[in-house]
Amino acid sequence: MRTVNSLIGSPIERVEDLRFLRGRGQYVDDLARQDMLHAAVLRSAVAHGRIRAIDTAAARALPGVHSVITAKDIGNRVPRVPMRLQPLPDFEPFGQPVIAETKVRYVGEALAVVLADTAAIAEDALGLIEIDIEPLPPVADRQASAKDASLLFEEAGTNRAITFRAVRGDVAAAFAGAPYVRRERLRTQRHMALPLEPRGLLAEWDGARERLTIYGGAKVLFFNRRTLAKQLGVPESAIDIVENDVGGGFGARGEFYPEDFLIPFAARLAGRPVKWTEDRREHLMCMNHAREAECDVEIACTRDGTILGLRGHAYVDVGAYMRTNGAVGARNVAQFMSGPYRIPHIDIDVALQLTNKTPVGTYRGPGRFETDFFRERLLDMVAQDLGLDRVEFRRRNLVSQREMPYQIATITPFESKDELDSGDYHSTLDRCLEEIKWSEKSKLAGELIDGRYHGLAVGCFIEGGAAGPKESARIVLEPDGRYSVYVGSSAIGQGLETVFAQIAADALEVTIDCIGGVFHGSTSYVEDGYGAYHSRSVVMGGSAILDAATKLREAIRAQAAQRLDCRPSDVEIIEGVKAVGPGGKSVALTELSSISAEGAFLNKKHTYTYGAHAAHVAVDPKLGHVELLDYVLVADCGRIINPLTVHGQAVGSLVQGLGGAMMEHLAYDQEGQLLTGSLADYLIPTASDFPNLRAVVLENHPSPINPLGAKGAGEGGIIAAGGVMANAVANALSALGMQPRELPLTPTRIWELVQAAQQGVAKQ
Amino acid sequence: MSVRFRVNGREVEVNVEPRLTLADCLRHHLRLTGTHVGCEHGVCGACTVLVDSAAVRSCLMLAVQAEGAEVVTVEGLSSDAELTPLQKSFRKHHALQCGFCTPGMITTAHALLTEEPDCDAARVREVLSGNLCRCTGYIPIVEAVLEARAAYQPEARASDRSGKRA
Repeated sequence: MRTVNSLIGSPIERVEDLRFLRGRGQYVDDLARQDMLHAAVLRSAVAHGRIRAIDTAAARALPGVHSVITAKDIGNRVPRVPMRLQPLPDFEPFGQPVIAETKVRYVGEALAVVLADTAAIAEDALGLIEIDIEPLPPVADRQASAKDASLLFEEAGTNRAITFRAVRGDVAAAFAGAPYVRRERLRTQRHMALPLEPRGLLAEWDGARERLTIYGGAKVLFFNRRTLAKQLGVPESAIDIVENDVGGGFGARGEFYPEDFLIPFAARLAGRPVKWTEDRREHLMCMNHAREAECDVEIACTRDGTILGLRGHAYVDVGAYMRTNGAVGARNVAQFMSGPYRIPHIDIDVALQLTNKTPVGTYRGPGRFETDFFRERLLDMVAQDLGLDRVEFRRRNLVSQREMPYQIATITPFESKDELDSGDYHSTLDRCLEEIKWSEKSKLAGELIDGRYHGLAVGCFIEGGAAGPKESARIVLEPDGRYSVYVGSSAIGQGLETVFAQIAADALEVTIDCIGGVFHGSTSYVEDGYGAYHSRSVVMGGSAILDAATKLREAIRAQAAQRLDCRPSDVEIIEGVKAVGPGGKSVALTELSSISAEGAFLNKKHTYTYGAHAAHVAVDPKLGHVELLDYVLVADCGRIINPLTVHGQAVGSLVQGLGGAMMEHLAYDQEGQLLTGSLADYLIPTASDFPNLRAVVLENHPSPINPLGAKGAGEGGIIAAGGVMANAVANALSALGMQPRELPLTPTRIWELVQAAQQGVAKQ
Repeated sequence: MSVRFRVNGREVEVNVEPRLTLADCLRHHLRLTGTHVGCEHGVCGACTVLVDSAAVRSCLMLAVQAEGAEVVTVEGLSSDAELTPLQKSFRKHHALQCGFCTPGMITTAHALLTEEPDCDAARVREVLSGNLCRCTGYIPIVEAVLEARAAYQPEARASDRSGKRA
């Protein structure tokens, strides 16, 4: 006899692995169709300019080319990529046409689509298209953007898309009598999600039935279907978007991109299946960028280290257009600058500045990585100024358990209120210090050992999860007695099939083999779905599965009661195999006729996973090289469904965060040209970069706002990495008084800071 | 032009353009889609296959250069019956998430362990540093490869040859 809930919490090996390990996964580029055309996209090499002419004659004449599509083939008005989140009227003037219409605004913007018999011919044809663009002065950074001398959208009259403001309490009063104030300018660099699988789509148009099937969907299939249906002027029911195996998402994949219109449009136009797969260069200049933010903030404290207030300005370089979730990072920079700390008075505004660069969107921990770097850097500088212990200073200001739920700053213009839901922030800090042996190792702070300076740092974070409004699930009792689980969540490589099978099996009180399959990632599986973002899948999809399981068991009891001639409440379901009534009369579930039940979970509140990071580094002042000697991440993410996968999320996101802290940078020149268009230029961590790190994932404080008690995981590793690494480097080089104010901490940057600091010391 | 080589023990003859990469030939002409293409410029390692036992980036090699070679892909290192010891170790250590880099990791690790069954963690990291993974942070991959070393020891391989081999 199995016990209830034995699967949730178990390190079940993943079902997905059986296909991935044997090369049997099916990613979108693995698909092929008879009679399939291949698409290639011509992209602007000019960052800012007015389109004078596009001559496609030579390309069309190339043998093997089927057609070439430009803006004038689309119709009267080229559709815009919509805002999925925060769809404020303010953003409407800055929407991206799905193909450049009159102007180009970033290097990589689509100008034409070639359809040909092979991908190679399509790419050959790109070189035959003649483009005449009148160059306009490029807006290369947020300072140039703010001058409004060169406008991306002349009719809007400004390059500032909007200004958000985060407010709590009365900041002016807090600063008025403050005994200590420090003001700092800090900056994080443009970088990106960079999943290993490039984007791709395969669109099939069935002319007879007037139906489109699109493969290569991810993340938010239902929203993208609604968008595409409107743009193509067909009912939603005529479109099915299917998710294949997905080679990583991290927030960026699956948002509605221009190609999500262009490829289905091309398939309908050609009446043939059309496949498109981007190359890595396209990926680097077309997929959402992120993280380019700067702040000019002031913090006020008492001399004994109680934070009184935080105020100032932040600026986010949002690139050339406002599209899908491009405002989320900026909003989070403002709203979450306080992180897990009690900061009673806050007033921070954040300007979203347009530039001639790739548009931004969310990347794992959007805005949070940036704002954690700002805040944690600031806290260490304050502690140093006031002669306070860095740990005690943090401990004193962390939100305590008895203050929960704790209201954080409210964002205007859309009045987004939020509160920290639950937890013991001090406990994860203490555990983190214990794990890294802080009391022992902190003695090494600033020590020069064998030519390298040692440094330590610790920082705290919160990770938001469980975005609403809803998720849907359906469970079907199949004729063979097994259960099929359908859910509106999306898999992006995080092991959803395994984790959801665990939740469903426990809820149905069956073994995991009784779950015949977890079906996700098709707009045909459930009525409506919301997908995978904001660490929501387990909380939202998992809770919807619980609801469907409860309803399915009720339906089984009801039908069995008729067969057993008793009341449903008298029926007991035994191990998901048979239904037993009074007196031991029973019916096998396989004998019941098709039963299914739909479930949903509605939610307006967010969960907050939280924790702490600590790092021990050695910095070579002559080379600027940083070796990570030890790094500990402690996170409490509420109820853990699968320790194996949740630990994998923690370590994986931490290494991504270290990439953002130490190396990743989408560099542009003043002409708006992307300088890092290959993986030889855009560096991400490899197996030899960060061998020494650990994650401890706890479940001491389940979330009170969902039946699973889960909080979502997957971003906690990345969020604090920039701030903690910068503080560790600053701590190492404290003898030189060096303060990193910008990421990434490349050897060159550290070397330059060391040089500047040494010259400063020499002058004194 | 026509090119003949062996893939996973099978003799193949394909008619290809001279400019076709081995990766595209395997994927699109021979439909062996386990080999993945992540960058097409030899950095990410997802397309790694074995050519005459050496781990090779199939995006940097033309199909016509494979003439007469013995090519092994991730499919050739797998069986229907069960996972190999290396694959089992990957699963146990949760050394894969999205699975896109996994075929290249498996082929690279197989080549390494075949040649150096006693390699240490530093050597594993050095060799795998040519294969990018964006999900796992590499820690579990290194652990998985180290644990799989036992299956590549000469005695283990001798008994494997004499026993079942799918």
